[in-house]
Amino acid sequence: MAGIVIIGAGHGGTQLAVSLREEGYEGPVTVISADPDHPYHKPPLSKSFMKTPDAALQPLRAPQVFADQDIDLRLGVRVETVDRANKRLTLSDGTSCSYDKLVLATGTEARKLTVPGGDLRGVFTLRTAEDARALRAALPEATQVVVIGGGFIGLEAAAMLAGRGLSVSVVELAPRLLGRAASAGIAFEVETILTGMGVQVRTGTELCDIVGGQGQVTGVRIADETLPADLVIVGIGALPVDDLARAAGLEIDNGIAVNAVLQSSDPEIYALGDCASFPDPESGERRRLESVQNATDQARALAKTLAGRVTPYAAVPWFWSDIGAMKLQIAGLLQGAENSIESRTPEGRLKSVYHLKAGRLVAVETINSAGEHMLARQMLAAGFTPEADLMRGGDPRQLKAAFVAAQS
Amino acid sequence: MVKLTFIEPSGNRREIEAAPGQSVMVAATTAGIAGIEAECGGSCVCATCHCRVVEGGAALPEMEEAERDTLEFTSDAMGETSRLTCQIEVSEALDGAVFEVVGH
Repeated sequence: MAGIVIIGAGHGGTQLAVSLREEGYEGPVTVISADPDHPYHKPPLSKSFMKTPDAALQPLRAPQVFADQDIDLRLGVRVETVDRANKRLTLSDGTSCSYDKLVLATGTEARKLTVPGGDLRGVFTLRTAEDARALRAALPEATQVVVIGGGFIGLEAAAMLAGRGLSVSVVELAPRLLGRAASAGIAFEVETILTGMGVQVRTGTELCDIVGGQGQVTGVRIADETLPADLVIVGIGALPVDDLARAAGLEIDNGIAVNAVLQSSDPEIYALGDCASFPDPESGERRRLESVQNATDQARALAKTLAGRVTPYAAVPWFWSDIGAMKLQIAGLLQGAENSIESRTPEGRLKSVYHLKAGRLVAVETINSAGEHMLARQMLAAGFTPEADLMRGGDPRQLKAAFVAAQS
Repeated sequence: MVKLTFIEPSGNRREIEAAPGQSVMVAATTAGIAGIEAECGGSCVCATCHCRVVEGGAALPEMEEAERDTLEFTSDAMGETSRLTCQIEVSEALDGAVFEVVGH
C-alpha cells in the first residue's frame, strides 16, 4: 500500500498529516517538502523572528509528533514529475514514490517585480524561513527601507522596521493600502496608525525601477523622485504554486481547481490551501484564499474525507494581521458586500466594520477588538445578523446576548 | 529550566521542562503536548492553545484585554481558570504549574 502522499509541509500539509491520524487513517502518510526547514509557522517570520538574531523558527508540530504519528517527513526534496497513469512521483533526490491518493499543498510563491533592479543585493521578499533569515541578517546594516506593496506582508514588515527605529517608506500603486483585502475605512485607519509610527505611506505611486551601485541597492525610483534605500522589501502579492499540477494536466483556474471535497480533475489527486481554488459553499463561485485558517480548516475537512467520511469544506473564513501593536482581524468575506455599518471607539477611532449583503451579515473587520471578532465568527457560522444599532454600538457583550437569545 | 505539567485531552499527564522567556504554548508545542494546536503561532487569535490552570495559577501574569476577550467570545467553554498559554511567559515563578489542555 502506497498510502497518502502530501506535497508541501506548510500549515495545510502539516495539519493534514496530523489530522489524518486523528481521524483514524492507519495507512502510510508521507510528506514531501521542498523547503529544507522543519515545518514552521509563517506569520511570525515578519515579526517575532526578526526581533533577535537568534530567534528560532516556531515548529508547526514538534519533530517528535511526526515520529510518534508515523508520518514520513522528507525535507528538502522536490517533486519533479507526477505520473498520473502509474500514480508515481519522481523526486529530486533521484528516488520515486508511489501514491494511492496525492494531495497538493504547495502554497504560493512571491510575485516578482517586473521593473529593473529586482535582483540587486538588498532587495528581499518574505515568504519562507530562508527569505526571513536573509532579511534578518541584513537588518543591522540597514538605515533606510522602502517597502514595495501595501499588502499585509509589506505593512507588517514596515511596522516592524519602524519599530526598530529605521526610516521606512511604503510605496503602493493603488490609490489606497490593502487593495481588495480590507475595506477602504479599515485601510485608512491602518494608514493613519502606520503614519503615526513614522512610516511614510505613498499610495497611487507608480514604481519605475530599483537603482543601485556595484550590485547593491541604493534607491527606488518613483515618478520623478528617487527614494534612497539600502534595503527594499517587495511584497506585491503571491502566485499559486501550480506548476506540477499544470505539467500533470490537471484543471487550473486561479490555482489548482478542486470541487467541494477538494478533489482535483483527477479523482486520486486533491489540493488545499493557498494553491487551490474551490467553490464557495453557498454561491458556488470559485475562490482561492491565502490564509492559515483556510489551509488548516481545509486540511481538517480533507482528512475526514480521506479517512472515509466524505466532508465538503464549509468553514467561515477568518484572517488576522499584526501590524505593529495593531491587530487587524477579518471574519467572513468582503467580496460582494453591498453596504456596511461602522462602529467607533468613544474617542472616534474606527474599531469595526460590519458588512452586509442583501441585509445579511457577511463579514466583520475589527481593529484591536478581539471579542467582536471571535463573536463574529460564531454569528457568521450560524447565519445570524444582529440589529443595525447593535452592530453600530459594537459592544460584544450586547451582541452576544442578542446572538444567544436568537439561538434558543 | 522550569517544570510544567500538562494534562492532555486523553487524561495523560506529562511533565516538561520550559525555558524562561518562551511562552507556555511554545514550550508545550515544542514538547509535542497533545491538544495544543496553536494554529496562529502565538498571536492570541485562534484560542487553540486554551488550557485550564489546575495548579500554580497565583504565579501567572494577569490577562490582558485581547486574551480576556478572545477567551470570553470563543465558542469554547471558558472556565474560571481558562488561559491562552501563548500569552503566558515562562518564569521561575511558574515552576510546578499544572495545565489541563482543553483541546478541540
